[in-house]
Amino acid sequence: MNGMGVRWTAEQVLALAPDEASRRAGSKLGTAGPWSETGCGDGAVWGLCKGSGSTPYRTVVDTTGPAYSCGCPSRKFPCKHALGLLLLRAADGIAAEDSPAPDWAAHWLTARRGRAAGAGRGDGDAAPGPTADPEAARRRAERRAARITSGTQELEQRLADLLRGGLAAAGQAGYGLWEETAARMVDAQAPGLASRVRELGAIPGSGPGWPVRLLEECALTHLLDRAWLAADRLPAPFATTVRTRVGLASPADGVPVRDHWLVLAQYDAADARLTTRRIWLHGTKTGRTALLLSYGAAGRAPQLALPVGALLDGELTPHTGAGQVRAEPGEQFVPVAGPVAPPAGGPVGAALDAYGRALAEDPWLDSWPVTLSGVVPAPAEYGWQLADADGREALPLTPAAQSRPGLWRLVALSGGAPVTVFGECGHRGFTPLAAWSPETPGETVPLI
Amino acid sequence: MDTTTTTSTTPPADDAAWEELVSSALLGTDRRPPAGLAGSTAARDMPGALLDAAALHTVRRRAGLRPGPAAPLPEPAPEDPRAPLPEAARLRLDQLLAGRAAPSPAGRRGAAPDLAELLPQWLALANRHGYKAPPAALPALLDAARARTDLRPQALRLAGPRGLWLARLNPEWRFALRGTGAAGNLPSSGDPEGVRALWDEGLFAERVALLAAVRTEDPAAGLALLASTWSAERAEDRLMFLDSLRAGLSDADEEFLEEALGDRSRNVRATAAELLSALPASALAGRMAGRAATCVGLDRTAPTPTIAVEAPHECDAAMQRDGLVATPPAGRGERSWWLGQLVEAAPLSAWPARFGGRTPEEIVALPVADDWQAELHAAWCRAAVRQRDPDWSRALLGSPAVPPATGPGTSSLAERAQLLSTLPVEERARWVASFVAAHGLSEAFQLLGVCAVPWAEPLGAAVIDALDIAREAGSYPWSFSGVMGLAERCLAPEAARQLESLTARPDEAEDSSPGAGDYWSEAFQRLVSTLRLRAAMRAELTPPDA
Repeated sequence: MNGMGVRWTAEQVLALAPDEASRRAGSKLGTAGPWSETGCGDGAVWGLCKGSGSTPYRTVVDTTGPAYSCGCPSRKFPCKHALGLLLLRAADGIAAEDSPAPDWAAHWLTARRGRAAGAGRGDGDAAPGPTADPEAARRRAERRAARITSGTQELEQRLADLLRGGLAAAGQAGYGLWEETAARMVDAQAPGLASRVRELGAIPGSGPGWPVRLLEECALTHLLDRAWLAADRLPAPFATTVRTRVGLASPADGVPVRDHWLVLAQYDAADARLTTRRIWLHGTKTGRTALLLSYGAAGRAPQLALPVGALLDGELTPHTGAGQVRAEPGEQFVPVAGPVAPPAGGPVGAALDAYGRALAEDPWLDSWPVTLSGVVPAPAEYGWQLADADGREALPLTPAAQSRPGLWRLVALSGGAPVTVFGECGHRGFTPLAAWSPETPGETVPLI
Repeated sequence: MDTTTTTSTTPPADDAAWEELVSSALLGTDRRPPAGLAGSTAARDMPGALLDAAALHTVRRRAGLRPGPAAPLPEPAPEDPRAPLPEAARLRLDQLLAGRAAPSPAGRRGAAPDLAELLPQWLALANRHGYKAPPAALPALLDAARARTDLRPQALRLAGPRGLWLARLNPEWRFALRGTGAAGNLPSSGDPEGVRALWDEGLFAERVALLAAVRTEDPAAGLALLASTWSAERAEDRLMFLDSLRAGLSDADEEFLEEALGDRSRNVRATAAELLSALPASALAGRMAGRAATCVGLDRTAPTPTIAVEAPHECDAAMQRDGLVATPPAGRGERSWWLGQLVEAAPLSAWPARFGGRTPEEIVALPVADDWQAELHAAWCRAAVRQRDPDWSRALLGSPAVPPATGPGTSSLAERAQLLSTLPVEERARWVASFVAAHGLSEAFQLLGVCAVPWAEPLGAAVIDALDIAREAGSYPWSFSGVMGLAERCLAPEAARQLESLTARPDEAEDSSPGAGDYWSEAFQRLVSTLRLRAAMRAELTPPDA
């Protein structure tokens, strides 16, 4: 169905790069020089790239995935050769007609697509494969729930001790106490609680006003503990949300949605253990907003990578739970041509309303995806804000967003005139992730 | 509160309750039990009750957040009427800016083009077509201009008014608002009050930029502007300002310059004299011609026509006033030092009459008595460059095929490069092509640098042939990395066809340097891909209807 596919632009290809070094290295390989036997067809691109060794690397990209294969030893994903190959194609450097893939490329493509078609939706503990013993799985789940319960009880005790002695003392106690508690939560198999505890430990060092922030976060952690202990009495979707917040994987068993999805943003957050990639999608027909999460072990890029600004045809399966936007992509995610329009947006007040409504479903939400339309970035005394074009109400940018280079792309794009901005709106302010100017509404400008 | 302007709809009574919860939490419920909860809760679970109340308050506050008041909106950026970049060129710019920070590893560079090297060319080409920069690319463009001063003028021109608007908002880009970078901000020559105000009150760099701009448009107005405050300027500033008269220099400037010969500052005097000597009709040039004529002439007693030189015996006050420096640098004789300065400052047009109507070629070919030839020819070279005289330059360059050390012309590559720069572009390319064909590349680097880009034929062909010969001779490509780098930037993209056959990996001959063939093939590949890239860049920037 997708013989030629829609080519990604160089910009979109570069957005796939796992880091700046790969982006540069890939750019250098995006010319005909090192390549031979290139070709494309049936949703795939392939070619031989001359490296430093005597045998050229065999590089194949399945653009329907997207998925990559390369003979190079790089652990980056996609590697610079795959990026270079896609750039070459973006620059018309590969003969346009469909050609049969050489054996080495066809072999990998067939194997990959066969695997993709045959694989079920394995999702760890949430959806055990059909062959697993349901009784054993139930016992495992019970054991884990019991551990988490004792973990929450321990955490409650810690919080009570903390409040009894006073937060001022916690400010002097340092980070070690929290690290130890976080490790206890890891032992209790409650990674969600563990990361909350680590964040609690960081708050005393976060500058003026920290006692208030610490009290707020302690209170929300306490709320989560209590909710877990009462989960069997909560409405089912809310109970699912509580389980997800504690750290159990939520099931992706909603009703699949097929749409043309506009890739709004892709960004990574890395800690010492894990790289988490967040990809925001906007369904151009359904108007839905969806979040794809992908993980990579420390130092490795997550597998899933989608170019910002691309329009992809495919199916998403939402996770269940109250207020969930998270979804899982289907196997086929194919670039298509089509008019690209930013999501419909509203003024800054509406964005805060949307966050407020979402909190009713999930009180632990730090932010909510919203689109602001007709807003102007403006410098205020404390930093940058996004103001409604009538100059009355404004939303501050989050401290993190204030220091990112994307801020200046946003200011430049606006030039003092109203623009449309997609981002995450929460109690810390607004984090802009993508923007569109009225002159070029079809061009998604990434801000991260 | 997490943010300073986002306000909450919480009523004041709640605020007071919250304050109380916070102070209890800070001091500890043991020391200060929250008053609102004390009655309803057993002391044992006071912390739990406090956290319950705080959670309720927190969620309610977050759910009830309202926008804060907006700060004054920024003044919109001025309109930029220039055409936006074509789509492909826009993507190319992003790619070039992304590759800009790429370090070029020393030594071997692989087969891929160096994108950072192509950015200046791309910018020049885009500006020539009159495009404006895409707004989203402005931050990267300004960053590039900040890091590389050589990119600055072109990058700022492409960035245009919105670039300057943006630079005013970010202190890191303040450079864009200073000096020549702010050319877009200079008052136009049609705004005499603006010009006057900036000239009287501007920073030094702004005044230099202003004077240069006015001088380019209206040399007389520039001179008048400078003359109006001349005596009040500091010596260093006078020197810099005087230098800007170089542009559009004409006989109309003579009176002012003649006066500057009496300046307090020696450097100002010397510069004034230099400028005057570039005006062959000036009184100073006439005085110099008279002095030079007494020192250099035909020796009529010799059996064949020979140039006789009698160097000056003194450097009197009049000569010093005309810019001659009396004290020679260490290691040079006084009299030859004075002679060199005299001949350099004397108008070249005076010499044919002095030598019986001979042409510059014939004069340069004459033998010179008593070892004065090197001194005399070097002075003539400086004069030819100073006076932009192609006839004398041609004569002093001699034939490109003659080995540099022999023949009548100058043998210094630096002097040759300067002389070449006075010749018309095509003649320059032809001359350097013949030089490369005759002597190879090892001495050609400086000469190639003064040729216009892209290299006109037959220069490109001569360089490629010479590289091929160097490869056959068994040297390594990095011995020619300077020329290779120049070729990447300067060869016309059409030369890629000629290079194509050289990219093949040759069979290693027994006597060649180990691995050289591979390295050459890689180097040629990079050259070809760079040229292709430049051709693609050019095509992308060409408007569809052109």
